[in-house]
Amino acid sequence: MASIEQIRKDFPVLDQQVNGSPLIYFDNAATTQKPKLVLDALNKYYSEDNANIHRGIHALAERATAAFELTRKKIQLFLHAASSDQIIFTSGTTASINLVAQTFGRANFEAGDKILVSNLEHHSNIVPWQMIALEKGAEVLVIPVLDSGVLDLDAYQKLLQENTVKLVAVNHVSNAIGTINPIQEMIALAHAHGAKILIDGAQSVAHMEMDVQRFDMDFFAFSAHKLFGPTGVGVLYGKRDLLESMPPYQGGGEMIKEVSFTGTTYNELPYKFEAGTPNIADVIAFSASFDYLNSLEKGWVEEQENALLSYATEQLSQIEGLKIIGTAPNKIAVISFLIEGTHPQDIGVLLDKFGIAIRTGHHCAQPLMQRFDIPGTCRASFSFYNTKEEIDRFVACLKRVVTMLL
Amino acid sequence: MALSINDTQEELIEEFGLFDDWADKYEYLIDLGKKLPGLSDEFKTEENVIKGCQSRVWLHAFMQDGKLIFQADSEAVIVKGLISMLIRVLSGHSPADIMKADLYFIDRIGMSQHLAQTRSNGLLSMVKQMKNYALAYSSQA
Ligand SMILES: Cc1ncc(COP(=O)(O)O)c(C=O)c1O
Repeated sequence: MASIEQIRKDFPVLDQQVNGSPLIYFDNAATTQKPKLVLDALNKYYSEDNANIHRGIHALAERATAAFELTRKKIQLFLHAASSDQIIFTSGTTASINLVAQTFGRANFEAGDKILVSNLEHHSNIVPWQMIALEKGAEVLVIPVLDSGVLDLDAYQKLLQENTVKLVAVNHVSNAIGTINPIQEMIALAHAHGAKILIDGAQSVAHMEMDVQRFDMDFFAFSAHKLFGPTGVGVLYGKRDLLESMPPYQGGGEMIKEVSFTGTTYNELPYKFEAGTPNIADVIAFSASFDYLNSLEKGWVEEQENALLSYATEQLSQIEGLKIIGTAPNKIAVISFLIEGTHPQDIGVLLDKFGIAIRTGHHCAQPLMQRFDIPGTCRASFSFYNTKEEIDRFVACLKRVVTMLL
Repeated sequence: MALSINDTQEELIEEFGLFDDWADKYEYLIDLGKKLPGLSDEFKTEENVIKGCQSRVWLHAFMQDGKLIFQADSEAVIVKGLISMLIRVLSGHSPADIMKADLYFIDRIGMSQHLAQTRSNGLLSMVKQMKNYALAYSSQA
């Protein structure tokens, strides 16, 4: 197993000075950094293989197509999906969720139907449902969250009771406060009441093993850029019967079987949902994310991140007036906090001066901020390439920042 | 005779020239923020909120003897410090002077990063809004 120093060297961006100090990157929930393997793959594709895929019969087109489809295969294995044609490429989690809302939702929602989202959701797992609900006369209801940041499962059961819920849309992990939701239980409950369920995996994929079949997921969405891959690539996994019964989303090239002015027939899965030239280069480079992750010792990522989470929680708790928002027993390595008498934005601006990148604000989860009656939080989110030494410097700088502000 | 907009800018540049590290600069800015009187609740209205800021920022403007007066407040103290400088430079001048003011001091004191869109701290929106007020009141002056 490589040492942490070696692992950090795999991520070129980490080795730099920001405002005169070594960069400390604690904004991994927003996007993760990319290993050199991914950067090289991107460069190699454009330098050696660039061609449009699926259509050409020349050598470059064949190489590019094979590489593109290889990523799909790797994602299938990563998610433990039954087949690779259930893996649909999109531009990101947001696009994946909108796809389900605009196809499954459009075909299935009727006036009076209920759609459940949780109070922990990112805006991208709220707004697409509000949009289609408005169009269809359906209603979006909210699974409440307890003070600890844990979802209220009793309330969830009550909401399902009348069997009027068509779809539940919840995240696996909250981006704002790190709560890991009990999705296995939530999926079973949804199914017991005749509802389908979409899991937003944007924040979970980088931190834990995924198994869409064992968890019996109907839909699962995530973004490559939060899994050490490039931006502009997302994935939608769906159960075969659901995907097959859904109407196409966007029309165009690639998604058709035959086009004529008397009628057009559509391609099969997954191409039915992939109109137009996809983001070939980034999909191909994303393949290297899996190679990189597979090169790490099994279980090490979770172990390292859990150690960082407990160390940071313990160190931060010693700062006077600091309050952690979100204290669920099951959390990923994300800490949202407030410090009495200070505004998160001021903390963020000053930490940046020390070369420390955290996120401040509402984290695209305004309903959650409203629930806790706070303007936003400071959020430090860790990845396996972060270290205890970085946490030490972060805590020391945070103390200094607080004295500057108070 | 009150200082011109550019005189005040020069004054600020000189004050900030005294600091040789960022921490001193920001401590001064924080101090300015803390000293800014702010707004009473009656002016912290939805209409006065500047959009596009991570912290809430309110701007209130009115005319007095042909001059445009600004008062403002924010939840975040660094933003308040930045606002305090804008007020010192622009408030109390004619709408015409405010409209054509070139706020070069922001760059010269090393705060131009706060004008970047990504900062979403509202300095940019604040400047825009102040100029909008100047435009709106210029017909009355
Ligand atoms: C939980 C969650 N869902 C959805 C998204 C949206 O992802 P993207 O912007 O990559 O589409 C994010 C990104 O922050 C997220 O954290």
